[in-house]
Amino acid sequence: MKFAVIVFPGSNCDIDMYHAVKDELGCDVEYVWHDEKSLDGFDGVLLPGGFSYGDYLRSGAIARFSHVMKEVIKAAEAGKPVLGVCNGFQILLEAGLLPGAMRRNESLKFICRPVQLKVENNQTMFSQGYEQDEVITIPVAHGEGNYYCDEVTLASLKENNQIVFTYHDVNPNGSLSNIAGITNKAGNVLGMMPHPERAVDELIGGADGLKLFQSIVKQWRESHVVNA
Amino acid sequence: MYKVKVFVTLRESVLDPQGNAVKHSLHSMNYNEVSDVRIGKYLELSIEKSERPVEEVVKEMCERLLANVVIEDYRFEIEEAVAQ
Repeated sequence: MKFAVIVFPGSNCDIDMYHAVKDELGCDVEYVWHDEKSLDGFDGVLLPGGFSYGDYLRSGAIARFSHVMKEVIKAAEAGKPVLGVCNGFQILLEAGLLPGAMRRNESLKFICRPVQLKVENNQTMFSQGYEQDEVITIPVAHGEGNYYCDEVTLASLKENNQIVFTYHDVNPNGSLSNIAGITNKAGNVLGMMPHPERAVDELIGGADGLKLFQSIVKQWRESHVVNA
Repeated sequence: MYKVKVFVTLRESVLDPQGNAVKHSLHSMNYNEVSDVRIGKYLELSIEKSERPVEEVVKEMCERLLANVVIEDYRFEIEEAVAQ
């Protein structure tokens, strides 16, 4: 399975994402510049964190119109796994691949620390490696992670089990219903504010994020590799 | 040529944490008459005349990029600049 890590001007978690996939997961991975017009040959797409285009106008608003995003949307429509972390999540929201929007953190502060997440749905291609309701520790690092959507959208997220991760005990940013990560209706696009790629090795404080990547690969192998 | 002023603010239904912080600061300065503060963005665009009506073009730009209509409202004022 081969992953693309999309690199925008201002991405700064791209190397962590690459490392997680290459060295910890052991899969093929390549950086793809935002100007590229094709994602042929890639089985999964990773949108890393950072400050694409300096967060000008709104986080993710300008990145959303880069050439490669047309291909990311095509990949999402084709059912390929698409993971957006932090700024990647914000870009997926701006692109309309996921519902809702981000507001400034309630505290108005940039927060950067490990947080506890609860796995609300372990029936997705991103979370099947976790136990249902398992509490995991993953770092957050953002100034705008205060998720918002209207009541109708929230009801639909709940009804379709699209809320995959919520903040456990402490909500660091004020997000609606403690939401930390959601999928699209089809379940192949996940956006989350916490950084699983920063939690892939006990040496750097925890490996709870690795199962997320392993879940994607497991799903892909089961549907693509015969007699594996 | 048109000079267009675009104002983008958080929707009434969306809590504005920055506006709240400023309101509290104003209250602490004894401006107790302030009941609400909303912080937004102000953009100035210069737009050449084209075949499409300028209102239509500006509205489209607001909807697609300048505002995120999930959480933001926008309004705009259009002035025709006098040719030199």
